[in-house]
Amino acid sequence: MPLGHYLVLSGLLFAIGTAGVFLRRNLITLLLSVELMLNAVNLAFVAFGRQWGAVDGQIITFFVMTVAAAEAAVGLALVIGLFRHRESLNPEAFTSLKW
Amino acid sequence: MLALIPLLPLGGFLVNAFIGRRLPKSVSGGLATALMAVSFVISVMQVLALAAMPPENRQINQLLFNWIAVGDFTLDLALRLDALSAVMILVVTGIGSLIHLYSTSYMHEETDADFARFFSYLNLFCFFMLMLVLGSNVLVMFVGWEGVGLCSYLLIGFYYQKQSAADAAKKAFVVNRVGDFAFILGALLLVVTFNSLDFNTMALAAKAMPVETGFGTLSLITLLMFIGATGKSAQIPLYTWLPDAMEGPTPVSALIHAATMVTAGVYMIGRNAMLFEHAPMTLQIVAVVGAATALFAGTIGLVQNDIKRVLAYSTVSQLGYMFLAMGVGAYGAGIFHLYTHAFFKACLFLGSGAVIHALHGEQDIRKMGGLKKHIPITYWTFVIASVAIAGVPLLSGFFSKDEILFETFVEGHQLLWVVGAVTSLLTATYMWRLVHLTFHGEERFGHSEAHGHDDHHAPAQPAIQAHGHSGAHGHGAPHDAPWPMATALVVLAVGSIVAGYVNVPHAVGGHANLHEWLKPVFNATNCGQEVTTGGLAGLAIAECTPIEERSGDHTALELTLMGVSSLLAFAGILLATLLWLKNRQIPARLAAQYPGVHRLLLNKYYVDELYDATIVQPIKVMSTEGLWRGFDVKVVDGAVNGAGYLVSGVSVVLRLLQNGSVKTYAASMFVGAVAVLAYYLWR
Repeated sequence: MPLGHYLVLSGLLFAIGTAGVFLRRNLITLLLSVELMLNAVNLAFVAFGRQWGAVDGQIITFFVMTVAAAEAAVGLALVIGLFRHRESLNPEAFTSLKW
Repeated sequence: MLALIPLLPLGGFLVNAFIGRRLPKSVSGGLATALMAVSFVISVMQVLALAAMPPENRQINQLLFNWIAVGDFTLDLALRLDALSAVMILVVTGIGSLIHLYSTSYMHEETDADFARFFSYLNLFCFFMLMLVLGSNVLVMFVGWEGVGLCSYLLIGFYYQKQSAADAAKKAFVVNRVGDFAFILGALLLVVTFNSLDFNTMALAAKAMPVETGFGTLSLITLLMFIGATGKSAQIPLYTWLPDAMEGPTPVSALIHAATMVTAGVYMIGRNAMLFEHAPMTLQIVAVVGAATALFAGTIGLVQNDIKRVLAYSTVSQLGYMFLAMGVGAYGAGIFHLYTHAFFKACLFLGSGAVIHALHGEQDIRKMGGLKKHIPITYWTFVIASVAIAGVPLLSGFFSKDEILFETFVEGHQLLWVVGAVTSLLTATYMWRLVHLTFHGEERFGHSEAHGHDDHHAPAQPAIQAHGHSGAHGHGAPHDAPWPMATALVVLAVGSIVAGYVNVPHAVGGHANLHEWLKPVFNATNCGQEVTTGGLAGLAIAECTPIEERSGDHTALELTLMGVSSLLAFAGILLATLLWLKNRQIPARLAAQYPGVHRLLLNKYYVDELYDATIVQPIKVMSTEGLWRGFDVKVVDGAVNGAGYLVSGVSVVLRLLQNGSVKTYAASMFVGAVAVLAYYLWR
């Protein structure tokens, strides 16, 4: 399989993730969309690593997965905290953190 | 060795300033006095060493370090003892020691801390004054010049809790700054003109220059320096601070505002005699200002009622005499008068201090009188000094004052001589008015407390007995000066009698020793090559030729003038006796007859009011309305506040971007990332 296919898939997944972040009105879905974007990037890394016969891509991917796990944990904790505070999961409800 | 003379008082200052408050009075005052005495002994030794040298190179130099070296301009922190500074250091350390001794007793009622503070200031003053007279160049002199001004400020404001003392200190400092500014300008102009500030170098360079016929550079320099001198030495127009300076403790008035600091201007002109000699226009101004000040202050002194203020105006008047002498080119006579004046005026001030001490702070001579039998030592020393300042023959003031008047006449300033002679009559009159009102006649003190404000008649004796508990400092009968004060008074009184004999004129068979001693200084060492061009050539040569030759022509004239001024002195004393002792209603009747004149004199010609209206108030208005409410509030504050308003105005728009919505932020991040990528792709 040529590299192009992997990259197209990766691009599509990234675009879907981005669209999810902008379009969905649920914080948990937003986090899921962010995960999708990260995994799109992971796919691109691994594809490049295979193409050039280097392990660097896979190493970076492990890092990203670790960070994504941590991010998911912190993110979900925040979401629970926010829900307790406002009884809502709509990101537009949380706009008081400004000037 | 030379450096020790100023450094000893400096050491005393450091000790008293830092640990003085923990020392008992006997230690702090004793140390300060002892150091001054040692300094005096060293001064005497140094002057004796100087006298042993041949007259044409009588100089002791001590280089402390090289201070400034810029290009070809160098300046040393160096001390120089020559014939002129020798006279000054003897006056400063000698009379300074006596006044320190006097102060140990006079200031004894202060707390330990204030006592030490007083002596630390006094020692610091002596240090700066000695630097002023020993400095070998204008800058070292200027350091001393400013330093004595500072100490004068500190000591006038010694009782700083008292509003009038604090105001007087401020006034003295500010008025002096006006003069100092001119002095700085003069010094800068000296650097430009001579590329040196060393007195010897400048004198030699000036000597080679022609005497200025118009108003040239030298005239401008000397005029600026003279304006500096009018500030420090209380001449018209900057004399107004000196009478107010009497707010300070009396020993301070004696040391700083009579014997030493105020004569710094006279010394400065003597030190730069060669420069002034080449600027006849400035000399003319100096002479006229001096004579005018002498007369002006003398008339004010005639009606003042505060014992110290009378002496203050007398000081201004006598300083006017010295400047008159300097202005007519009789530098030796001016320095001679400076030297004799230091004795009798210090004695008078210390005497007035003893009177005030005896009367527990009373300074109004209308509330004195009849003190003669209560405080005999003070009385006799005061009388001796008064006789000396009045110019009665055979006392010190007679020799120095007569010499000034004689030189003025001989140099062709007959009008100034008349002014000087009238002033001499006034001097004798107001001094004896002071003596009569203070020591003679009926006793007018003490009963204002006992019998209300009835301070004119009623026998005083019962009142004093009613106060009878005469402890050392109780409110008993006036007690005479304790021994440290008495010693100082007696030594100064003896000095007032004999000080004149160092310079007995040739006309009465003397040798004019002081003149011979000082001549090399004023003539820049050698008399060989005098200036032969310009208006003052004849005078310069006359200065140079041995005094015997000139006085040969004028012996008769000198004797005549001496007779005239002796008569004036006796006339003044007689007049004062007539008006203020025998016939006390005459002055009152005169005052009633000419109320305008009397009020004018009593209010010191309204000069303070004039300065207030023409200078102080406009500056205040300009500062308040223009600089404060105008520039500071509108421009400075306006710029600062304006910057603030600008930022908050702009941020009203900018903060719309930060709406708190996570999606908006994510969108802007996304747009940013896309823009960065696009840039790299299409670059």
